[in-house]
Amino acid sequence: MSALLLRDLRLAVRAGGGFGLGLAFFLIVVVLVPFGVGPAQDLLQVIAPGVLWIGALLACLLSLDRIFALDWEDGSLDLLVTAPLPMEAVVSIKALAHWLSTGLPLVLASPLFGLLLNLPVEGYKPLVLSLLLGTPALSVIGTFGAALTVGLKRGGLLLSLLVLPLYVPTLIFGAEMARRGAEGLSTGTPLLLLAGITCGTIALLPFASAAVLRVNLR
Amino acid sequence: MNLNALWEYANPKKFIQTTDRVLPWVSGLAVVALVVGLVWGFFFTPEDYRQGSTVKIIYLHVPSALMAINIWLMMLVTSLIWIVRRHHVSALAARAAAPIGAVMTVIALITGAIWGQPMWGTWWAWDPRLTSFLILFLFYVGYMALWEAIENDDTAADLTSILCLVGSVFALLSRYAVNFWNQGLHQGASLSLDKEENVADVFYHPLLVCIAGFVLLFIALVLLRTRTEIRARRMRALLARERMG
Amino acid sequence: MSLRVCDLTITRGGIKVLEGISFDLRPGHCLVLRGPNGIGKTTLLRTVARLQPPFAGRVEADEDALVYAGHADGIKAQLSVAENLRFWAQVFGKTEISPALEAFDLVPLTDRPAGALSAGQKRRLGLARLLVTGRPIWVLDEPTVSLDRDAVAMFARAVRAHLSGGGAALIATHIDLGLAEAEVLDVTGYRAQAAERDDFDEAFL
Repeated sequence: MSALLLRDLRLAVRAGGGFGLGLAFFLIVVVLVPFGVGPAQDLLQVIAPGVLWIGALLACLLSLDRIFALDWEDGSLDLLVTAPLPMEAVVSIKALAHWLSTGLPLVLASPLFGLLLNLPVEGYKPLVLSLLLGTPALSVIGTFGAALTVGLKRGGLLLSLLVLPLYVPTLIFGAEMARRGAEGLSTGTPLLLLAGITCGTIALLPFASAAVLRVNLR
Repeated sequence: MNLNALWEYANPKKFIQTTDRVLPWVSGLAVVALVVGLVWGFFFTPEDYRQGSTVKIIYLHVPSALMAINIWLMMLVTSLIWIVRRHHVSALAARAAAPIGAVMTVIALITGAIWGQPMWGTWWAWDPRLTSFLILFLFYVGYMALWEAIENDDTAADLTSILCLVGSVFALLSRYAVNFWNQGLHQGASLSLDKEENVADVFYHPLLVCIAGFVLLFIALVLLRTRTEIRARRMRALLARERMG
Repeated sequence: MSLRVCDLTITRGGIKVLEGISFDLRPGHCLVLRGPNGIGKTTLLRTVARLQPPFAGRVEADEDALVYAGHADGIKAQLSVAENLRFWAQVFGKTEISPALEAFDLVPLTDRPAGALSAGQKRRLGLARLLVTGRPIWVLDEPTVSLDRDAVAMFARAVRAHLSGGGAALIATHIDLGLAEAEVLDVTGYRAQAAERDDFDEAFL
């Protein structure tokens, strides 16, 4: 199992686009917002947590179709299914590799981007914490979407259409936690709900992803 | 009643034969109920002392909102039947119901906006109920898009069923997540089993007739559309066989 | 460790393609499938490899006995030849890759990125994967595509060594591998007949 994780991470590093592209996209979203809403510091300060969350979510979405598409094209997916790895483990590891190569860099870079949007000092800790808790759920849910659309030509747009509604609860709780943190309110409740969603998706969704992948390989 | 006999109707041929006889009755009843309910509601009920005549949009708004949710539940049930028992008619019925559900959601949203404008002074508010209906609409759209995108019918049935299952869980989560904002303009439920909570009887009775009309309309439409799907499916199977030679 | 196929009917895109196929593959034996393009050889192999469920009939084999190799080799262009092989060895719980490299003459290419290999070299790498898995029953779909004559001989030697070690192989191919001991099964005779029915039942077939 670690072999698959290592291979995916190695591919993400060597193929380029793994670590770098998501971050660059995140940066662009954050930079575009002041162009769109104007440079007023107090307005940016208010919307910063939400913008950072949406930026991270979109950057995550961007790289989803690569989770299975490359392995599907070169036939590795067929071979993995006949290998002695349970399908549920394969999809979980794929999600983990996606999080390590996309989600984690976003989490680490988010304070820097918060600076650009004039995020208040007390908002940094809740922001990073909420992204750290929430992005694994984004990867796991995205893996399910990627498994649904793996056999389709031009599945990218459909993938976004299917995955975005599934992202709603995570986004609401994550952004709410970051917002409350920035306003100096207590973040306990959204933190617990966000953690609950993340744990729930990690525990249950791989079964659905594996079932979907088996159907798609038929 | 022997429950096993029910599965007979999962045979496509038996389904077509049965609906041949049932469909005219259901359609007729739907038209009667809708005409009676709407005419009664629009012309023979008093105006609300606070909301004036705008309250009468309730006869479209409430039934369509009810149907929007219940059609998704019906799709969930038929999807489960497909996953467990693999009756093709069940999967096709879910496929047939989705566009009807999407239209019901749109009707609920539009009538809601028309009602909301004079009442709340705004066409749209990010109120929990409104928001969750918008999300429900997105789920309908994604579900239909997935059906359309996949060529193989059985694969499409399997994938959309699982999407419907997973989507239901996330739709429910979203419903409670938007409640979290706890700011709502929307009034409480118009109907409930607790009689104290209900709207006044003068509005209540025509509303029930309208709801019955919408349910019958849905049944008629879903039967009709399922028949179409069965025939389209049959046609594709025949064409494929012909290509094989 | 034998493979047994009983009265198997397979479908492609919801249409029956082959029906009533039965065969036995015992250790040390090789079965070559023949038949024109599009008859359903690939579908049959994918069914045997459990990538798709049979429409009717059974495939009896130990789940951990089969290894499948299809048209695509599952090679990552960004990884070196050794890294590719080592990955598959680890997935199957093995570590040794040098015998596989030697058997398919890949030793001089060990550290070359797989993306820089020619088509024939890639195929050799894909076939070398079979050796590192250590599984006894090979299920191969057109293994000799884009191989030159020497490489085909190399492949035949590898199959023969595998058979003499108690392994078995099920191969769909058009060319003569020079394996005298191989049995041949022509699947043309098992082509599914379209059922003459005006009625339609549950499965729309």
